[in-house]
Amino acid sequence: MAFTPKKQAFNAKINAVTLGTGDRSIVIGGENVLPFYTFDAPIDNKPRIAVEISDKGLEGCVSEGIKAFYAGCDSVVDMAVKAQSMEGASAICLHFESADPNGENKSVEDCVALAKAVADAVEMPILVMGCKNIEKDAQIFNAVSDALQGKNILVLSAREENYKNVGASAGLAYNQKVGAESAVDINLAKQLNVLLSQLGVPDASVCMNVGSSAAGYGFEYLSSTLDRVKAAALAQSDKQLQMPIVTPVSPETWGVKESMSPEEESPEWGPLDERGIEMEVCTASACLVGGSNLVIMRHPAAVATISKFIDSLM
Amino acid sequence: MALKGLDIFKLTPKKNCKECGSPTCMAFAMKVAQGSVSIDKCPHMSAEALATLSESTAPLMKTITVGAGANEHKLGGETVLFRHEKTLVNRNLYAVTLCSCMDDAEVDQKIAEIRKVDYERIGEREYVEFLFLNYAGNGADKYVALVNKAMAADRALVLNCADAEVAKAALDVCKAGKPILNGANKDNLDAMNAVATAAGVTLGVTGANVSEIYDNIKALEGKGNKNLIVDCTGKDAKETFANAVLVRRGNLKDQDRTLGYPSIVNLAKIAEGDLHMQTALAAAFTLRYGSIIVMENMTYAEALALYGLRQNIFTDPQKPMKVEPGIYALNGADENSVCSLTVDFALTYFLVSGEYERSKCPVNLLITDASGMSVLTAWAAGKFSAGTIKKFFDEADIENKIKSRTLIIPGKVAVMKGEIEAKLPGWNVVVGPMEAVQLVKFIKDFSA
Ligand code: SF4
Repeated sequence: MAFTPKKQAFNAKINAVTLGTGDRSIVIGGENVLPFYTFDAPIDNKPRIAVEISDKGLEGCVSEGIKAFYAGCDSVVDMAVKAQSMEGASAICLHFESADPNGENKSVEDCVALAKAVADAVEMPILVMGCKNIEKDAQIFNAVSDALQGKNILVLSAREENYKNVGASAGLAYNQKVGAESAVDINLAKQLNVLLSQLGVPDASVCMNVGSSAAGYGFEYLSSTLDRVKAAALAQSDKQLQMPIVTPVSPETWGVKESMSPEEESPEWGPLDERGIEMEVCTASACLVGGSNLVIMRHPAAVATISKFIDSLM
Repeated sequence: MALKGLDIFKLTPKKNCKECGSPTCMAFAMKVAQGSVSIDKCPHMSAEALATLSESTAPLMKTITVGAGANEHKLGGETVLFRHEKTLVNRNLYAVTLCSCMDDAEVDQKIAEIRKVDYERIGEREYVEFLFLNYAGNGADKYVALVNKAMAADRALVLNCADAEVAKAALDVCKAGKPILNGANKDNLDAMNAVATAAGVTLGVTGANVSEIYDNIKALEGKGNKNLIVDCTGKDAKETFANAVLVRRGNLKDQDRTLGYPSIVNLAKIAEGDLHMQTALAAAFTLRYGSIIVMENMTYAEALALYGLRQNIFTDPQKPMKVEPGIYALNGADENSVCSLTVDFALTYFLVSGEYERSKCPVNLLITDASGMSVLTAWAAGKFSAGTIKKFFDEADIENKIKSRTLIIPGKVAVMKGEIEAKLPGWNVVVGPMEAVQLVKFIKDFSA
């Protein structure tokens, strides 16, 4: 008798979450199989890519390829509009790096003004990433969620320390989507989802960021967390882990020396841009195969490659 | 697959002689199936029956050894599908393609490029382990000439050649190096099997889909060849990914030993000419079941990313990665530069050194032996204390090697400041930040 491989579609599935509104809105999640296991059952919603734009514009950008792509842009708003034309892009991720009180400490009002200007200019769904300062992030998310009501944005992220604040404003009062961030630990990821749901935030409004790291930099923790979360969500039908996963890739990969060290310092490594692209591509691919439903990336060549990679496996 | 009582019964002599202590062969077989009695209690079992039974208790996935000498590699032998379930045993290896269609100069140049990427990352040599030699159908002479050149490159070889005659000619020159002969399919199975077994090398087998792959493996096993590797490469990325997952899952989850062989995935074929796409796919197959990943090139840029990923994925979850204790002079630090102390846990080292490198400030990063634990874990376990730090300073001869007397310690162990000062008289101990990400600002302010 001919060998027929066993199928492994699950009864449980990942929540389908919609981001943005109108023609350009996207749905992530919804699958009842492991990532890219289309041979088990069809996957309706392919994983997506959001393009990260810093509120600092190109300041501090070391990549010639990224600079070239945004050549001619006079503002962050221009960049966001331009990013929509990036091959493979489905969303814009506005990163408020300069809001950090230990850095430039950009005011909440300025952040809101920029978010509004970007939202007025782009049609793609908007993700808002904070500066990692717990209090400041809560203030920004609160104010931006209010200002962008009706845009169905995703705020990144609510953490254990500020989930009440962020969940109540972004998730409840302003009806946006909330990213729940934990650090490579399935139990913490689950706990935060439980807390958000106790707060009243509907499951369908929550995405998870279960941690992020660059390939070669403790990526095993992230990889195993992704594997375990998907196994719990699908094989064990754990409702508290069925939220789609959003992973910031570029903030990690563009911070390691493989992507930042100038060519003069290690000539044998070759051009910086190429190293940055490969780090981003390699890390994003590994995240997607582990179970990220959306990855946040920067370089146009890396975005195009990962988009093609996704399509080739769907 | 564990044998059932009835299967074992079929293997018994059916004498019902009771010598095993059971009333009938059937009763005996049932007990063996439960594991309550060992099969050797029956003195009348035939050698073949015992072989079949020992087969059923063998590991699900075979470990295949290929290459010779310094280029010997182990493939397969995995017991789990995901690293958190236990640990992954044999990391995936990389091959880069050469072709009999290339002229000598091209081949030489490509081999030189391949050899350039060869470095160490946390105690592991990172390089291209295999040369993958494509036969372009242009005659045995050309192919043998390519094999001869490749043999001089000091790498293990994969002969990708579905023409048994040509493969035989190639193996005549290189079989001592235990190459893999890849290219068996349903049309050339017997001929390829004869050539591979005569040369004593691993045979790579493929098929149009998983069912055909399965049948081909069955046929080869039927001829007594269990020295195999499965070429999972399909017509595109999607099919290749499906093959790799279905073969490994069928083996380890559904416990079918016929699928218990390592795999080859040929990205040079399914993403020809697109190096970035090959990197994306290589990362995917690092996680999902590629044993030998075949690339068109391995540039330094690809290597830095892919080997870093591989090293992470194939670490033993029970055994942390460590770096060598010692003085790491960063950003051109000399004996007068400030010292910063941390533990030998590889991730800590990478984060701390990465942040310091970003700061561009010269720092002597002192890595002390803490059994590969993170700062707080090591401190709690007594592996990172004033005593161990003093011992490290003595062994590494820090006092004489470095003139600076400023020592930054991790903010998480600020409590140790006093004890360290007591053990290291003359040193100015400074408490650093809690997290590595704060180091850039800290050291810039400190150096200003
Ligand atoms: S000793 Fe062997 S042959 Fe005799 S009864 Fe037991 S199983 Fe059957």
